[in-house]
Amino acid sequence: MAKVRGEKGANIKELLPKKYQDLKGKELEKALERYEKMRYDYGEAIGVVAAQSISEPATQITLRAYHAAGRVQLVTTQGLPRLIEIFDARREPKTPSMKIYLDERYATDEEKAKEIASKIKETKLKDLLLEERLDLGEMVIELVIDKDKISLLNLTMEQISNAITKTTHNVEIKIEDNILFVRPTSKSIDIKDLQTLRVRLREKHVKGIKGITQILLENVNGEWVISTLGSNLRKVLEINGVDKRRTYTNNIHEVASVLGIEAARNLIVKEALETMRSQGVDTDVRHLMLVADMMCFSGEVKAIGRYGVAGSKSSVLARANFEETIKHLTRAAYRGEEDKLTSIVENVIIGNVVPVGTGTVKVKYKG
Amino acid sequence: MGMVFFNGIPLGKASNLEQMRKELIDKRRKGKFPKSMSISYLEDRDELHITLDNGRILRPLIVVKDGKPLLTEKHKQKLIEGTITWQELIDEGIIELLDADEEDNAYVAISEEELTEEHTHLELDPAMILGIEASLLPFPEMNRGDRLNYGSRMVVQASGIYLKNYLIRDDTAAQLLVYPELPMVYTQTEEYTGLNKHPSGQNLVIALISYEGYNIEDALIINKASIERGLGRSYFLRTYVAEARRYWGGQEDIIGFPEEGVYGIRPEKAYTKLSEEGIINVEEYADTDDVLVSRISPIRFIGIQEEIRMGISNKKDNSITVRKGEEGIVEKVILTENDNGDKIIKTTVREYKIPEIGDKFATRHGQKGVIGMIVPEEDMPFTESGITPDIILNPHAIPSRMTVGQLMEILAGKIGALVGERIDATAFKGKEEEIREMLINLGFKEGPREVMYDGKTGRKFKVRIFIGIGYYLRLYHLVSHKMHARARGKVTLLTKQPTEGRSREGGLRFGEMEKDCLIAHGAALTLKERFSSDRYEFYICNECGLICYENKRKGRVECPLCKGSDVEKTEMSYAFKLLLDELMSMMIYPKIKVTRKVVI
Repeated sequence: MAKVRGEKGANIKELLPKKYQDLKGKELEKALERYEKMRYDYGEAIGVVAAQSISEPATQITLRAYHAAGRVQLVTTQGLPRLIEIFDARREPKTPSMKIYLDERYATDEEKAKEIASKIKETKLKDLLLEERLDLGEMVIELVIDKDKISLLNLTMEQISNAITKTTHNVEIKIEDNILFVRPTSKSIDIKDLQTLRVRLREKHVKGIKGITQILLENVNGEWVISTLGSNLRKVLEINGVDKRRTYTNNIHEVASVLGIEAARNLIVKEALETMRSQGVDTDVRHLMLVADMMCFSGEVKAIGRYGVAGSKSSVLARANFEETIKHLTRAAYRGEEDKLTSIVENVIIGNVVPVGTGTVKVKYKG
Repeated sequence: MGMVFFNGIPLGKASNLEQMRKELIDKRRKGKFPKSMSISYLEDRDELHITLDNGRILRPLIVVKDGKPLLTEKHKQKLIEGTITWQELIDEGIIELLDADEEDNAYVAISEEELTEEHTHLELDPAMILGIEASLLPFPEMNRGDRLNYGSRMVVQASGIYLKNYLIRDDTAAQLLVYPELPMVYTQTEEYTGLNKHPSGQNLVIALISYEGYNIEDALIINKASIERGLGRSYFLRTYVAEARRYWGGQEDIIGFPEEGVYGIRPEKAYTKLSEEGIINVEEYADTDDVLVSRISPIRFIGIQEEIRMGISNKKDNSITVRKGEEGIVEKVILTENDNGDKIIKTTVREYKIPEIGDKFATRHGQKGVIGMIVPEEDMPFTESGITPDIILNPHAIPSRMTVGQLMEILAGKIGALVGERIDATAFKGKEEEIREMLINLGFKEGPREVMYDGKTGRKFKVRIFIGIGYYLRLYHLVSHKMHARARGKVTLLTKQPTEGRSREGGLRFGEMEKDCLIAHGAALTLKERFSSDRYEFYICNECGLICYENKRKGRVECPLCKGSDVEKTEMSYAFKLLLDELMSMMIYPKIKVTRKVVI
């Protein structure tokens, strides 16, 4: 059997993917040989190789997001803007979106799926209004509610009224057929206050999950799947009937806080790879895995760039070489930082041999 | 109710602006308003804009009423007879001048056939939709749009006779084609731009074949005999300006020979071509680095008295010399003075540029290429009638770029040469059928392709070759102005790194991304070598971490701070030393700790 380097005592065969576990004899030897061959050598600059392997194909992606006209679909950020968004680890993606899978009881039944979908979609008061009036004599806001809409959403006038009073203090609500009379109870109130109240009321959350603005029910391979625009993973997972294993969001920070850093790391890999593949370019997953690891190993999602990975390099010179030179040099002077010259850029600057590839080998003259 | 604006300033509100626009235009046509006044209605904003300010480009169109152009056959007849002028047509309101704003309200028909009731204007000629550069291209309607773009961009770069008064001009750099020809296949625009008086290209016999692979990647193969007969030869003129300035304090630049020992004096040979005044003679040959105007300038601003008192020479040689890599014959010398009364000497050097490998040529269809090989005439392929092509173009240049116009031009050029008349190829003339007929009448039943023979072996080619006449432009990008290489050479004073740019014999930058590539390959020592252009040896004090100097008197290396000599010798880039120096100038004390050197 070929000699395989590895962690001490580790059985390399176990490390192989499942489908290769039954290999025997020559085939196994060949597989192990290949495994050995494909491994990086000591001192190879895997970071630079990863960066080049991602950025070269990325140059081929057109900047323009593509969408087909007239199709029923949710338009999400694609292509280079999305890729930049992922590696920049933005707090909130430009178009957060979810893919909500349902468990067996709901997945095949369209009616039940619709029921869940209606629970998820956020309804604001402004979506239900037919008309809004200000009665300046009485200092009352009159909200005329669309009856068809509320019956479609299984809402009653009382529920709407409760939704308002729950979060708005100092208001009194009277219901008359399909009109809500909202009267502020505080004593001194002028027209300006009434106007701001009216604007605030419009944005009141009535039903559904906050943040999910659009919904699309699709049948994928005989199962009903809900695609959304807007994301709120924590709340969606609480809903009965949602398949908690497969439900998916593209908001990396949300995944990190709800499911943990490992999940976030996997999401970075998956999203980046899929973004690239959808634009017709490809790269090896392992490059993306390395980048995702660099972004996540500290326990929180860090961006590639000034405020993230590149900004937290240990070498002063390396940081000063990248961006904000003056900031890093003054800070280093102020703190009395030391540069051990252990990495690449700083050695290029002073003109030393970089500790990479052939430069990792050192020979000392014993004499 | 919409707003009415005059020159962008609101005048007031009015209703029924569309109606108002029509009435105003009617009045303008009758001559009650200036003809250059633009009246436009913005429908989406319900605004009427009346403009009369400067800087608007106006464009003539024929006015159409009820689907009939106002310019009738009568007018056309009168125009030919010369009894009516253009200005009269405008005055009568038959031809109208529209600016970009008013054009948005117009519905313009391109040709008379497509006129309907709704049309408001008619184009003077379909080719008028193109700009000047684009309308200089032959058969533009047969090419893909981007090729026209490239083509018109390169027409501008062609060397020809750029202006007819070039002999009395003193442009910094100019290029003149020696034997410009009128194109065999022309457009009518030529006449109006004056390009038919001073054209900028030559009609060459083009064959579409490969030739030993020396025309791959758009290279061109040129017949040596053609070059010897004058193909593509041009003159390159460069004017050098020398100013003899007067400085504050009574000092001035002197035009004249420097004495022995003046700072920066050149070898004696460089001054031999000058006349007694220190200025080169007309029609004298000047080589690279030869002095054109010998000028002596003061170095520092010390007065004449101080100069005598202190006994230092305050002179430096500041002569104007021929640029590196250039040479030529002095075309003219102009002596004049500027506003301050300072003497100005302008010398123009003329260099004869014969096409060589690497010079750039292009057709008017965006088909550009550089010369890949110059072949003796006897080795060139020839036709039955003994014609050898001037240029061999690779057939691969055609299919992917779809420049059908190029093929049409070669074909039309061939016909023109055989019939003896120039062919009009203005846009949208629909000449295809006519050309086909002429071709058949000339006996080319199967197209313009001809039987050809290999010039080296004399064997007949198995296929017939597309051969004809096309117009080629010599573009001003010449190899002799661009070729550059260096192994070692000048460095800049500040950083000790190689200089930048061809004119300074500069190095080629091995940049950030190139660095990454070497790292990705793990080629650490190659990388070190690449970046060792400013390698420098330093002594560093083990105590203070500062760079030390050699004290020659004491014969030892000394630390500037502790004066000790416990130092370590290291090597690093000079640029890094400079960085440390600059940090020190900003009161930051960078300390270098040297560990024992590891031998690699």
